[in-house]
Amino acid sequence: MSAEALGAASAGYVSCTTCRLLSRPAQPDAPGYCPRCGARLVRRRHRSIEYTWALVVAAAILYIPANALPVLTTTTLGSEESDTIITGVIFLYRSGSWFLALIVLVASVMIPLGKLVALGYLCLSVQRGWVRNNHDRAKLYHLVELIGRWSMLDVFVDAFIVALVQLKPLMSVEPGAGVVYFMAVVVLTMLAAQSFDPRLIWDAHPPARGRHG
Amino acid sequence: MAHPALDTIACPDCDLPQTIPPLPPGGSARCARCHETIARNPSDPIQRPLALTVAAAIVYLIANTMPLMGLSAVGREATTTILGGAQQMWLEGSEITAVAVAFCAVVAPGGYILFVLSVLLAVRKPPAPPWVGDLLRFAAFMQPWSMNEVMLLGILVALIKISQLAEVVPGVGIFSVGILVVLLAAIAATFDRHMVWTHVEWADGTLPAADPYTRLGARIPA
Repeated sequence: MSAEALGAASAGYVSCTTCRLLSRPAQPDAPGYCPRCGARLVRRRHRSIEYTWALVVAAAILYIPANALPVLTTTTLGSEESDTIITGVIFLYRSGSWFLALIVLVASVMIPLGKLVALGYLCLSVQRGWVRNNHDRAKLYHLVELIGRWSMLDVFVDAFIVALVQLKPLMSVEPGAGVVYFMAVVVLTMLAAQSFDPRLIWDAHPPARGRHG
Repeated sequence: MAHPALDTIACPDCDLPQTIPPLPPGGSARCARCHETIARNPSDPIQRPLALTVAAAIVYLIANTMPLMGLSAVGREATTTILGGAQQMWLEGSEITAVAVAFCAVVAPGGYILFVLSVLLAVRKPPAPPWVGDLLRFAAFMQPWSMNEVMLLGILVALIKISQLAEVVPGVGIFSVGILVVLLAAIAATFDRHMVWTHVEWADGTLPAADPYTRLGARIPA
């Protein structure tokens, strides 16, 4: 049933992504600007799949140093101790706050990894023209958009610990090399989610009916 | 450029064109295909978000100037503010991270509140000039990067982690951030940016017509 309902684009209309005015440009391939809000009209986000893939691959590469390098280095009376994201989670767990450890584990390890897998799957499904599970894929996209920001949690934790624990020479905390990679993973996956156009999920038609334009 | 009646819109998530029926105050409409919410008719689309935004602006100023938390260990004390978190990152050589923290914690929420406030003040007297649309675009750009709720959880985790090493005291800043999180969520729930477009003068010079599906459009003398 869902495959029979076609998008506005296939009927020659363009929906403004800024103000949602539906208009029918004279030349569908060069729609120009929205008459209401003046934004540049595009039928689908420009090179959506290519940009999303590029950002996902870049984030996946940076995910390795983000987890391998320390995010915090604690200096106590001359002795240094470095924590990666995982050892930070273990520290929280050992100190009795298993609930906080779980929150940080989910936000810092599972959400970024889940986003990379989900966005890769969504891009692949669009490129292959899959027509099944459209509702599930649309929900997955919204989930990625909704929870992506929570990965920034560990960056904020590190920033406030560094800001507060500056009692030189007794004890001080410095940011490690990993924190910038981790921040980059979060920002790049958020940009990847923004560049993916969810309307592409609905553009494919079942092969039995053939492709309509 | 030709366009169909204003009550016909394409779903922003699946592009299905559909006509939105008149909605009761407080009502919303879901897409016939992908079931996402595509239209809302907040019962009080201007005054209520305006009051919340003014409150958010005041709380934002308090949250950014008062100390978030203090620490005392072996007779020494230290406090930090929101911007202090970014500043120390910068001083320790993580400049890029410092910029990201400052943007998501201070610039984006502040920009969002400021732009929404200006938009709401401007649309009270329709037709609003076209630059209101630009402010609305800036607000929409800032919104995903405004991470007050994530920061609040981050502050709490940091508090608990530091409390293993030294005595920490929550400051006024934390409570202000908590109130700001609630206010920003309330603004998101009561402010419908698509309502604003029905009040703004068109880029091609057309004056806005009464909004067909919220029936809250500008009343322009004929």
